[in-house]
Amino acid sequence: MTQSADLILVLIILSNFVILGSRELRVCIRTAAVQGALLSVLPLLVHREPGSRAILMALGAAVVKGLVVPGFLFQAIRHVKIRHEVEPYVGFVPSLFLCAVGSGLALLFAGSLPLAPEHAGSLLVPASLATMLSGFLVLTTRRKAITQVVGYLMLENGIFIFGLLLIEAMPFLVEAGVLLDLFAGIFIMGIVLNHIQSEFSSLDTHYLSDLKD
Amino acid sequence: MTVSALLVGASLLLASSGIPGLFYPRSRALGERIAALLSAAGGVLGLGGSLAVLAGLPAPGLSLGWSIVPRSGAVLAADPLTAAFLLPLFLLSVVAPVYGLSYWPQAEHPDDGQKLRFFFGLLTGSMAIVTMARDGVLFLVAWETMALSAYFLVTTEDRKEPVRSAGWTYLIATHTGTLVLTAMVLLLGRSTGSFSWVPWEESRLPAGTSAIVFVLALVGFGFKAGLVPLHFWLPGAHSSAPSHVSAVLSAVMLKMGVYGFLRITSLMPAIPSWWGAVTIVAGAVTALTGVALAVGQGDLKRLLAYSSIENIGIVYVGVGTALLGVAEGQPAWALLGLAGAIFHVWNHSIFKALLFLSAGSVVHASGTREMDRMGGLLPALPRTGLAFGVGAAAVSGLPPLNGFVSEWLIYVALFSIWTHGQPAFALVGLAIPVLATTGALATASFVKVFGTVFLGSPRSAPGAVPHERPGMARPVLALAAACLVLGLGAPWLAPFLERAAFAWRPALAKTGIRILEVAPLGWISVFGLFLTGSLAVGLVALRLVRSAEGFRTGPTWDCGYAAPTSRMQYTGRSLGQWLGEQLLPRRLGPSVRRQEPRGFFPVIARFSASTPDPFHARLFAPVFSSWADRLNRLRWLQQGRIGIYLLYILIVLVGLLAWSAVRQRWGG
Repeated sequence: MTQSADLILVLIILSNFVILGSRELRVCIRTAAVQGALLSVLPLLVHREPGSRAILMALGAAVVKGLVVPGFLFQAIRHVKIRHEVEPYVGFVPSLFLCAVGSGLALLFAGSLPLAPEHAGSLLVPASLATMLSGFLVLTTRRKAITQVVGYLMLENGIFIFGLLLIEAMPFLVEAGVLLDLFAGIFIMGIVLNHIQSEFSSLDTHYLSDLKD
Repeated sequence: MTVSALLVGASLLLASSGIPGLFYPRSRALGERIAALLSAAGGVLGLGGSLAVLAGLPAPGLSLGWSIVPRSGAVLAADPLTAAFLLPLFLLSVVAPVYGLSYWPQAEHPDDGQKLRFFFGLLTGSMAIVTMARDGVLFLVAWETMALSAYFLVTTEDRKEPVRSAGWTYLIATHTGTLVLTAMVLLLGRSTGSFSWVPWEESRLPAGTSAIVFVLALVGFGFKAGLVPLHFWLPGAHSSAPSHVSAVLSAVMLKMGVYGFLRITSLMPAIPSWWGAVTIVAGAVTALTGVALAVGQGDLKRLLAYSSIENIGIVYVGVGTALLGVAEGQPAWALLGLAGAIFHVWNHSIFKALLFLSAGSVVHASGTREMDRMGGLLPALPRTGLAFGVGAAAVSGLPPLNGFVSEWLIYVALFSIWTHGQPAFALVGLAIPVLATTGALATASFVKVFGTVFLGSPRSAPGAVPHERPGMARPVLALAAACLVLGLGAPWLAPFLERAAFAWRPALAKTGIRILEVAPLGWISVFGLFLTGSLAVGLVALRLVRSAEGFRTGPTWDCGYAAPTSRMQYTGRSLGQWLGEQLLPRRLGPSVRRQEPRGFFPVIARFSASTPDPFHARLFAPVFSSWADRLNRLRWLQQGRIGIYLLYILIVLVGLLAWSAVRQRWGG
């Protein structure tokens, strides 16, 4: 059980690298969708005896993170006709390097956390921290608003993994919180995208600094 | 159904009263009628509920069954202390919206009428929850809702620059106050182990902690109540808001500060004497400063706002004597002080609402807030003028009206402290001459207001003939009648006041003390009836004489000139000049620029005076602007790029994680 969970977590960490290293937006979104789908299996594996709640949660995550949001993003890039992320603030190779350092640090750091014994050996915490860090990297270093939405999605995925730790303590709260937050975030980003597009005829968030007072 | 549920339902009715109107088009007047109806219904239900609680009906706590943060439960309850503060709130939520139908009709204010009614409902509803919350976190949430709705009400006319500026000042003041209160709630939660507001045990709350809590409560609630020098937001906010909003702000929202202070002190395990002394001093300083600043004001609503500060000071003196009484084991001081304070809260909310509402009618009729441009309005606004006269007499503390009785209760408490014998208490007695001076100055400033606004002849030619709308005059007259009834009926109110005081400190009830034993309220009533009777007889006689002899009417302030003009009258400024310039310290007085006429044929003469709030202009504004300059150096942090902002969050997060790891490793 833990082994299969760990395998999935490793895949998730690898998918972070794929997103950070790819120039093509379609690849980014598709990888984020795969990451979401992988994530949704986790609740079933982490639970000792997955009940109806865990199954519902897995289904919800799979639908929202694996289908709805990526579908929305695909529609968006089709709509605005953007294919590539150009000139990120931090280049692709340096950001891959930063991601590697971050993931390493996350592994180190997770070892020093006072975790419950059943989670001590698992990759849950390092994977969650690594995904959050990579999400932040994407959010901060990329120019295109769509890539930033992908970064946001990754950040939420990291939080979701962390939430799995608490799932026995307060199951419903974590789930509802995460899904709702995600949906609201994407929704707002969608509106922002629309407005940047119509205001500056580009999706480059660089132009947003014109709005500061 | 319990009384608590009734009261909660009433507050929900109030809070939602403005919502249906949002769905009507701006041209329709139906929304405002629905809002007034809902608000009045909630007010009537609430009045019934709070009177029942004050009459002794128990109202058990109502748990909402959810918690906002761990260790806090949303519990709402109504004891007589709560009900004492709910009473003016529900009264105003009947009177003010009804007045607003004529004063701020949707047809004349299509842009901001819906916004005003929405936030008005939210304000009154959240204030009801503030008084019923028995949980620190719920209290803060309701408190902040109240503060923010008041902000949107103050900035109703946000197209005008002064209104926006007053709104900013208010927002800064209220948020600073909330910050202090948050610190207080967190400190209480930390030391008592829960956010529940039930009487705290002495073992959990040592003297040092409760002293900090007391100071935080005095300052945090002082911002809202308007204790000098934390009152600096108040005159601007009250004069910028529409008048029926100013009435609610002054009559109810300031009192929420008093309520919070009373609630916190009621739950404290022990009260040291210095709390009482500090509160009395704060109250006396506030009362004197407030009225001293009121005298020189030229803006009618600003003057009323300063008068509110003065009255809050009087209430705090009463609360201070009550605290001192509890600390010294003197139930008579505690009962009289607190009963006086609460009675004054009721009275002030009635006569200040009256004054603000009639000021609204006056401003509506004359088109200006500057008193020196008004004059001779009594013939045009007879009923408003009559009501304003009654309110002015009540606010000056003149018998037989209600303001006199409550101030008298506080005086009796102070005198019994003074005659107690110990020299330290004789110092407390200094509050007596301070209050007396306050009363005299209040009378002077309201003589000035009434003389300038209603008497004499008009000082500027109005665009249209000023007239009185019946919908605005009726609520004001009802409030004037209430002033007289409360003044004469004080002995019957004594049991209600006692219950509120006993709810404040239950130990008082065990001493078996009664208000009527220590204060001869009955004689005050008899005296008041005698005064009213002789006044009535005098008026009837005057009317008989006038109709018998046939009076000639002419312009006021004729002064024996052949061709008098209205500019020859005394202005409000000149009536207040002596007080403003001779009596007050120069730093508090108005700033005057004058060029006096010289020679036999003077050509140029100028005079102008302005009365900015001295604390705002000379204390807070310089401090704030110097800090604004210093903080401007941090502007490079604001890059305007989302990525950079997210980076800041990332840095903070990584820093926190690293810190916790370090603490974990090396045993912090």
